[in-house]
Amino acid sequence: MATTLERPAGTAPPTARERASQRAKRRNSQYPMWFYIPAAVLFMVLFIVPTIASFYFSLTRWTLFDVEFIGFDNFLQFFDEPMLIQGFTNTFIYGFVTSGLKVVLGLLLAVLLTGQIIGRTFLRSVIFFPVLVSTIGVGITFRVLMDPFDGLINTALASVGIEGPAWLTDPAWALLSVAFVDVWKGVGLAALIYIAGIVAIPQEYFEAAKVDGASAWNNFWHITLPLVRPATVTVIILSLIGGLRSFDLIWAMTRGGPGFTSDVIASVIFKQYQAGFYGLSSAGNVVLFLIVTAIIVPLFWALNRKQVDQ
Amino acid sequence: MLTLRKNLIGIVAIIAAIVVFIVPFLFIVTTAMKTRLEASLLEFTWPQQFAFFENLAEVIAARDFMLITAFINSTVLTVVSVTLMVIFSAMVGWVLQRRQSRWNGFINFMVLAGLIIPPAVVPTIWVLQGLELFGTLPGLILIEVAYGLSFCVLLFRAFIATIPRELDEAATIDGAGPIRLFFTVVMPLLKSVIVTVIVVQAVFVFNDFQNPLYFLPGDENATVQLTLYNFQSQFNTQWNLLFTNILLITIPPLIMYIFFQKQIVAGLTSGAVKG
Repeated sequence: MATTLERPAGTAPPTARERASQRAKRRNSQYPMWFYIPAAVLFMVLFIVPTIASFYFSLTRWTLFDVEFIGFDNFLQFFDEPMLIQGFTNTFIYGFVTSGLKVVLGLLLAVLLTGQIIGRTFLRSVIFFPVLVSTIGVGITFRVLMDPFDGLINTALASVGIEGPAWLTDPAWALLSVAFVDVWKGVGLAALIYIAGIVAIPQEYFEAAKVDGASAWNNFWHITLPLVRPATVTVIILSLIGGLRSFDLIWAMTRGGPGFTSDVIASVIFKQYQAGFYGLSSAGNVVLFLIVTAIIVPLFWALNRKQVDQ
Repeated sequence: MLTLRKNLIGIVAIIAAIVVFIVPFLFIVTTAMKTRLEASLLEFTWPQQFAFFENLAEVIAARDFMLITAFINSTVLTVVSVTLMVIFSAMVGWVLQRRQSRWNGFINFMVLAGLIIPPAVVPTIWVLQGLELFGTLPGLILIEVAYGLSFCVLLFRAFIATIPRELDEAATIDGAGPIRLFFTVVMPLLKSVIVTVIVVQAVFVFNDFQNPLYFLPGDENATVQLTLYNFQSQFNTQWNLLFTNILLITIPPLIMYIFFQKQIVAGLTSGAVKG
């Protein structure tokens, strides 16, 4: 500990061990354990207890009136009904499409915005602002912009001779359309994380590469890309955590429709809750919990190991 | 030649950014200024007839001034929950960073769990009902605090690691107890990270839709995000009013962004990298 270096030499204490233990005691009383209590109580009661309870309730037929233990029936139903399976697979599609696009576009924007171009600061502000805007507001706005006939997007495409898809009303496009809007809203954050990563790369690498006559593409492929890997992992983790549990945007834009083609687990949970099937809704929560932990925990572990290596 | 090409890339990038990122916002503004008939065409044009103030009056008066109630609710929710979040998580972050105990591993694990695990909704309602807090503003406030703690603790812990321990010890030698030490010595040192946490969480809580939807049902309890949701069916053909509402609820985050851009960006990217 660096603290020992700054001690005044006047008071010569008996032994080093006694001194250390005294200081440890005083130090600990400076940092009382009860400082944890307010946060811990809230977190335990409102987050951990419900999470644990969801495992029990997922095994029950639970309505407003009573709870009946039915074993794994909810899960069997979850993977039996086509609409529920659709929600399950859509969750993966949505999570991977959004996080993949955020990685690619975020990195692209970051490279552009760390280069010597005019209006850099302005552009950074512009692409980041949607991150802070109400998701419901964005959802409603894009529902109008994506209107198949009168919407701005399709009118603009038509003016250059492209016939745009029906976006939210086409079962094949609905989920992807919502995912695109999610990327529009979130790519600014990904770009900023990448910018922080790129700025941290020591300039010597690029200078050395310049001496060797490397092209811009070589710089990107052999220097930038490998050295922004921590940023990539962060972007992937963040967008997967957000994407797999995404609810607001989907609910504002399609409510899972047309049919169930854009349902994800989070919207299934809400629909089952509204319909009064609380056990099934909790089972949905458990499935979501398992998916998220199974995907995120290994990624987290990889990230932490990277940090220790540094 | 090279600078010319770079400027060209810059100009193209700016035009693309304007089209992709600014046009939707201009669309919100222009639609909010149109009459009902003109707005129903969904066109991106300057309004023929300027009806913004009429729209504003109508949106505010709709459903018995629901929007006013909602703005009050959202303000109370945001201010109280962010205050509690800051105090509680700064306390945790401080002790967690300073004191080595056998709980540290467990607490770090819980912080990560709070970031990763999607909250179990219906069982949470069950717990809130047991505490007689379901459907009340205090209940929702506590929920927002519980869900926001993890992120705040990470930011505080990282920042506290940069404050020398000698400051704590000097204060203790001067006879300060832990509470005085924390609130009069440590908290002022945390000012910059506190601003970051406040701004980021205020925007999150203000924009939150899912938690009010589940935990605070009912018109009289609506938060601003829910007014949009509630007006959606009512104003289905009155896009001018719906977009006036969107415009109104976009203003608070915009103001935050204009004044605190640096803190917001620092909070979101540093929290992300440390996460």
